[in-house]
Amino acid sequence: MNGTLKRAAVACLLMFGLLMVNVTYLGAVKAEDYRGDSRNQRSFFARYSVDRGWITADDGNTTLAKTVDTGGDYRFERQYPDGKMYAHVLGFFAPESSRGVELSAGKYLDGSHPDLLVRRAIEFISNEPPKGASVDLTIVPRAQKVAYDALRASGKRGAVVAMNPKTGAVQVMVSVPTYDPNVLVEPNKAKVATAFNKMVADEQDPLLNRAVDKTYPPGSTFKVVTAAAFLEDDPSRTPETQVDAPQVLDLPQTTVGLPNYGGAACGGGQVSLRYALERSCNTPFAKFGMELGWDKMREQAAKFGAGEPLPFTLPVAKSDIGPEEELAALAQLSIGQRNNQMTPLQMLLVAAGIANGGEVMTPYLVHKIVDPDDGVMDETQPKPMSEAVSAETAAKLKDMMVSVVQAGTGTGAQIPNVSVAGKTGTAEAGDAPAPHAWFIGFAPADDPEVAICVFIEAGSAGTGATGGGTAAPLARDVMQAVLQAK
Amino acid sequence: MTAPAAVEVAPVPMTAKRRGAQLAMLAFAILVVMGAYASVGLGLDGKIPAGMLTYGLGLGGLMIAAYLVLARFAPWADPLLLPLVTLVNGIGLVIIYRIEQTGQAGASATNQLFWTALGVVMFSATLIALKDHRALQRLTYTMGFIGLGLLVAPLLPFIGKEINGARIWIGVGGFTIQPAEFAKLALVVFFAGYLVAKRDVLALAGRRLLFIDLPRARDLGPVLIIWGFSLAVLILQKDLGSSLLLFGTFIVMLYIATQRTSWVLIGILLFLGGAIVAGQIFDHVTARFEVWLDPASPEFYDRELGGSFQLMQGLFGLGSGGILGTGLGEGHPELIPLSFSDFIFAATGEELGLTGLMALLMVYALIVQRGLRTAIAARDPFSKLLGGGLSFILAWQVFIIVGGVTRLIPLTGLVTPFMSAGGSALLANWILIALLVRMSDAARRPPPQAIQDEGMTQVFQR
Repeated sequence: MNGTLKRAAVACLLMFGLLMVNVTYLGAVKAEDYRGDSRNQRSFFARYSVDRGWITADDGNTTLAKTVDTGGDYRFERQYPDGKMYAHVLGFFAPESSRGVELSAGKYLDGSHPDLLVRRAIEFISNEPPKGASVDLTIVPRAQKVAYDALRASGKRGAVVAMNPKTGAVQVMVSVPTYDPNVLVEPNKAKVATAFNKMVADEQDPLLNRAVDKTYPPGSTFKVVTAAAFLEDDPSRTPETQVDAPQVLDLPQTTVGLPNYGGAACGGGQVSLRYALERSCNTPFAKFGMELGWDKMREQAAKFGAGEPLPFTLPVAKSDIGPEEELAALAQLSIGQRNNQMTPLQMLLVAAGIANGGEVMTPYLVHKIVDPDDGVMDETQPKPMSEAVSAETAAKLKDMMVSVVQAGTGTGAQIPNVSVAGKTGTAEAGDAPAPHAWFIGFAPADDPEVAICVFIEAGSAGTGATGGGTAAPLARDVMQAVLQAK
Repeated sequence: MTAPAAVEVAPVPMTAKRRGAQLAMLAFAILVVMGAYASVGLGLDGKIPAGMLTYGLGLGGLMIAAYLVLARFAPWADPLLLPLVTLVNGIGLVIIYRIEQTGQAGASATNQLFWTALGVVMFSATLIALKDHRALQRLTYTMGFIGLGLLVAPLLPFIGKEINGARIWIGVGGFTIQPAEFAKLALVVFFAGYLVAKRDVLALAGRRLLFIDLPRARDLGPVLIIWGFSLAVLILQKDLGSSLLLFGTFIVMLYIATQRTSWVLIGILLFLGGAIVAGQIFDHVTARFEVWLDPASPEFYDRELGGSFQLMQGLFGLGSGGILGTGLGEGHPELIPLSFSDFIFAATGEELGLTGLMALLMVYALIVQRGLRTAIAARDPFSKLLGGGLSFILAWQVFIIVGGVTRLIPLTGLVTPFMSAGGSALLANWILIALLVRMSDAARRPPPQAIQDEGMTQVFQR
C-alpha cells in the first residue's frame, strides 16, 4: 500500500500547494482590488485610523482644525473649532473626499508624505497609530474674525482676501455665505452625502470660495491695471499727465457711447490722470485701452498674474481679460467690464504688486509644516511671482491710489494716522439689477504691510451698493485689524 | 527519557525518541502563542493583556500534561505532531480572543480554552485507554454503526437542531454538539477495517476496458452506499462540507487500499453526478456555485440568502491584510460574519497577512505529512489505511474550508481544524491526533531486538 500512500501524499502536497498559490495570488495580486473596493469598510476605517495633524495659525497659537482620539472604530475625529469662519480655507476631511488645505496639505496631515516615511516605518514597527504633521497657516486670526463678522453682518455675499504684499503670505481669506465643515466630517457616508448635497443645492452656494473659485467682472478696480499699462507704455507720463475725459466716449462701429458712471461729467473734458482715477471716470481709461490695443492690455494683466492659473495653496479659477474682439469690447474690458473676469485673489495681487514696488509675490497659505515632534519640517519662503510694473510706475500708481482714498471715491477706507492706497470698483454683472462692489488697496502706503481685496457680489448688496460705499469701509476695518495684530 | 542503552550494543539502527527536541518545540509553540497574545493587546490598546499569562500558562500547562501522557504511554511517538497541533490550536485561541475583543457575538476565547482542555483530556484518555490501535479493527462494524448513527442524529426529533440553515447539531444538556465531527473519525475507522477485509476483491476482480481496470458491477455496492449516504447528508442536513469530506475520504481510502485508479474515476463521476442532481433539486447548491464564479457581482453580494456577502467580506479582509497583514489587533475581523468559525482563516489572513497564512498552511501540511509518514512506516495494512485515512481527512478538510474561504473552490461550510471555535471539532481532532500519535508510536518503536546471550538463547524483547 505504500505506493498508493505516497501518491495520496503527493495529492495532499498538491492540495496544500494549490492553497498556497491561491493565498499568494489573493495576498499579493488581488489584494489591491479588494482593499480599494468601495464595499470594503476597511479603507473607510483606515481614513480615521490616522492621528491627523492639526491645522493652526498664528505660529501654532490658534487651532483651526484638531484631531480628537475617540478610541472607537472611527478612532480619530476631526473638529473645526471655528468651522464656519475658516470653512473655505481649511475645507473639510469628509469620509470620501477632502477639500481646501485638508486636501492640498493632505499628505503632510495624514503622514503619507515621503518626508515622513521614516517616522511612519517606526510607528508601524512600534504599533502606534500613524501621526501626521501639523500645518501652520499664514492667516491672522484676529483680522479673519473682523472680516468674517463684518461681511456676515452686512448680510451680503462676498469675499475678503488680504495678504502681506512683501511676502505673499495670505492674512485673511473669508467667503460668505459659508458652511459648517463639522457636519461633513462625521464618519457616516450617507449622512455626510445628504448634508453635502443640501449645500450643493443651496442657491446661495455656500460651498463656493468666492475669493478663488469663481471670476467676476472687476469693474473700476481694473482701471489700475489699465493705468499701469498706460504709464508703462511711456515712462514720461505721470499722474499729472492731462488726458481726454469726454462725458460720453464714442465707441467705433456702434451707435451707443460709453458714459461715465451715472452719466456724470468728468472734470472739463481734459483732466489729470490722477483726477481720472480719483473720480473713476470711465471714458479716459476706455480710451487708453483702445489706444494701447488688446495685446498690451493682456500683457499687462498677465504680468499681474491673469491668463494663467495662479500658483497658490488652493486651486484658483483662471482670470482673464477676455478674447480679442472689436474695439468697443476693448474699451469695455479696459474698465473691467464685458468679458473681463477676475478672481478677487487676482485683484488682490494687482494691489499687492503695486504696494511691493511692482513685484508680485506668489501668494501662499501654509506658513510652515511641523512634524509630530514639533520640529519644523518645511517653512515657506516668499517667492516672487512676476515683475508687474517698474518701480517708477508702481510709485506713480501708489501715489494716485493714495489720492483715491484721500479725495476720491475711496474715502470710506481711510484709517486715522495711516495713509491708505486703494481703488474702488462697481461692476455691472450681466443682467443682474445690482452691480458687484469692489475695493482693492493696501496700507500703510509708504511701507505696506497689508494688501486687500474686498468683493461684494451683485444682487446681495442692494441696488445702491458701490465699491466706495460698501466695500471700502469693510476693507478699512480688516486692514486696521491686520495692522493692529502686528 | 534517555536513549536506551541497547543502542550501543545492537547493530540494528534505531529511531531516536527525540523527547528533548519535542519539549523544546512545544515550549517554542507556547512562546509563539503568548507572543501573539501580547501582540493582540498591544495592537488593541497598547497594553499587554492581563489574560496573556492566564491563557499562555493555561495552554502551556495543558500541553505539558499532554506531553507527559505522551512520553509515558507513547514514548516512541512522532515528536512533531504535538508541538505542531499546539501551535495551530494556540493561534486559533489567540484569533478567537482577538475577535472576542471586537464584540462579535459568539466568539469566546474562554470557551475555546475550555474545549481545548477537554480536547487534551480526550487526547490523553485515548492514548491511555487505547494501548494498541489495532484493537479498533475488531470494532469495524461497530464503528460503522456509530458513525452512521452520529450522522443521522441531528435529523432525530427533540435532540436535532437546525442552526444557520444546516441541520447538523444535536443538543445534549446545555451543549450543542456537531456529531458529524465524531462521525468522521468512526467512519474512517470503519472504512479502514472494511477495506482491509475486502480489498482483495475490490482490487482484483473486474475486467479491463480500454486502459482502465473496471471493478465488477456488484463490487460497486459499498461505493454506492457511501455515495448514497453522502447525498443523504447533503440533502437532509444541507451540509455540503461534511458530505464532500466523507465521500472524498472514502474514495481516497478505497484507492489506497486497492491501488486501483478506476475507483477514483468512478468516485469523481459519482460526485459530479450527485452534484448536478443536487444542483437541479436544491437552490442552495446552485447558489454556492454561482457565487463562487462571480462573488463580486452586486446581484450576489446583496442577495440576502446564499449570497456572496460573507465570502467577499473574507476576501476584503485577506486583501486588506496583504503580504504582511495589519498586525494582530489592528484589523477589522468583526466585519466578516462568523469570522471566529468558518471564516477564521480569512480573519487570520487580515491580521497576519499572506506570510502568516503560509506559515499556518505549512504547519497543517507538516501535520499531514507526519501522519502519512506514520502510515507508510506502519507494519500492517489496517494501520496503514487508518493512518492514511486520518491524515487525508485532515488535509481534505483544510483544503475544503480554506479553499472555500479563499475562493479556490465553491464555499462549503466546515470548521478549520484546531482553529475554528467549536468544541466538537476540537475534541474530535484531538482524538484524531491521539490516534496518529498512537500509530506513530507503534510504527517507530524498534522491532524486537535479538540479544545474543553467549550464543545460546535468544530472548525477544518488545
